[in-house]
Amino acid sequence: MKTEPASRLERLLSQGRFVVTAECGPPRGANGDVIRRKGALLKGAVDAVNVTDNQTAIVRMSSIAAAKHLLDSGIEPVMQMVTRDRNRIALQSDILGAYALGIRNILCLSGDHQSFGSQPDALNVFDIDSMNLIRTVRTMREGGTDMSGHPLDDPPKMFIGAAANPFADPFEYRVLRLAKKIDAGADFIQTQCIYNLERFKKWMEMASGEGLTEKVHILAGVTPLKSAGMAKYMARNVAGMDIPEAILRRMAGVPKENAAGEGIAICLETIAALREMPGVHGIHIMAIEWEEQVRPIVEQARLLPRP
Amino acid sequence: MIVGEQKPIKEILNMTAPHHRLLVLGCGTCVKTCFAGGEDEVAALASLLRLASRKDGRSLHIEEFTVERQCEDAFIAEAAEAVARNEAVLSLACGAGVQAVARRFPRFRVLPGVNTTFLGVLEHRGVFTEECSGCGDCQLALFGGVCPFSRCAKKLLNGPCGGSRNGKCEVHADTDCVWHLIIERFTALGRLNDLRTYVPPKNWQPSLSGGPRKLIREDHTL
Repeated sequence: MKTEPASRLERLLSQGRFVVTAECGPPRGANGDVIRRKGALLKGAVDAVNVTDNQTAIVRMSSIAAAKHLLDSGIEPVMQMVTRDRNRIALQSDILGAYALGIRNILCLSGDHQSFGSQPDALNVFDIDSMNLIRTVRTMREGGTDMSGHPLDDPPKMFIGAAANPFADPFEYRVLRLAKKIDAGADFIQTQCIYNLERFKKWMEMASGEGLTEKVHILAGVTPLKSAGMAKYMARNVAGMDIPEAILRRMAGVPKENAAGEGIAICLETIAALREMPGVHGIHIMAIEWEEQVRPIVEQARLLPRP
Repeated sequence: MIVGEQKPIKEILNMTAPHHRLLVLGCGTCVKTCFAGGEDEVAALASLLRLASRKDGRSLHIEEFTVERQCEDAFIAEAAEAVARNEAVLSLACGAGVQAVARRFPRFRVLPGVNTTFLGVLEHRGVFTEECSGCGDCQLALFGGVCPFSRCAKKLLNGPCGGSRNGKCEVHADTDCVWHLIIERFTALGRLNDLRTYVPPKNWQPSLSGGPRKLIREDHTL
């Protein structure tokens, strides 16, 4: 069983600290400077940084390589891993490799369908789903074996994360799915971006009613809106995204040059509300290609300095 | 045709164990041809289940019924009365038939009695082989009428791997290497040189990879 915290993120969460994580998207190219630059913007402003894995099914630098760049810059990465592109053999092999490079946090995901990306002709793999990926990482950590039961020499002991979308349909099932992910081995959860606080609150109450908030650290996801156009686009085109009319109207109601400021104001209000909710152990800021805004947001939310 | 194989009896017994009134529902099309789910197989399986339940001292009433096709609502409707007399349906159709029956009778448990295995041909009596994966974008013209997508374990499009031996696949020694067959075809046609042509990556969008598919024939819809 687990004893020592696998990572700094785990240590902070187990100490009951309110954590802050952010997201960093690797470049569409082999330029490591991009990662180092984004890392510099986030260093010291957050406790760990998620590195996305070919998000939206667009080819980017691998999350393992980008996570290693962050590690070398003194930033703790959360390596995201999707089951869309690799079968169980490649996934397990990459987990071993990532651990050997010093990566200690993993976020297990299924991944966006390739039809939404730049290469819709691609064959998808989905050999296993995110639930089984979580279980696999736990089996490595607690059973010391790979999926075949073969003992591993120095089994990776990762801090295991999973995603949850409180806004997806059917609502009644979402808490059951969260329970299933916890059973599979999830230690922490990063949620879909929250704009509908009412609904998120209801989901948290349901989760807490099932005793789930005692078993897992929930990091509430937020994404600052840059413009009314982005808000509208996300509301209409991003699967599982719930942006209430009131927010869309607020974004559209300010002059264009003030929209970004309004988006950040909404984000700060959301963070303030989330901090008051029992069971929320941190926030996950997904500032999409807007990493320079993370530090100001964390600062204005009075969450600086980080431990 | 769609080829299927009846599930092991142990699995069927486990699945049906909670029920006391069971309808074994056959399908008279593909699964009949491959001896998995036609009228004869329904009768044989029903007898087996009756025997097994008697042996276990379990009360089980079994009714038998076979429709022409379980993938067409008009035929499924014929089973409505028989379904209503039972607690659950053990369908011996392919997976499409099982789902169509479940959709038609939302208040009844519908259990699969057959493993749907592939789209294939009857090679000779009692032997069926997979020849098509229903990828939605037929490229048989490039391969002399022999499909490497469905018949090569590595889905290789530009010639055989280095593992085949004496025309047999490295994965299954009793399976013909599909590339060996393709090369034989092109040789017989005197077109071996055509196999130098580069075949680009396949577009998997029309396959299941792009999500469940739907075919709408405007000229045939009501």
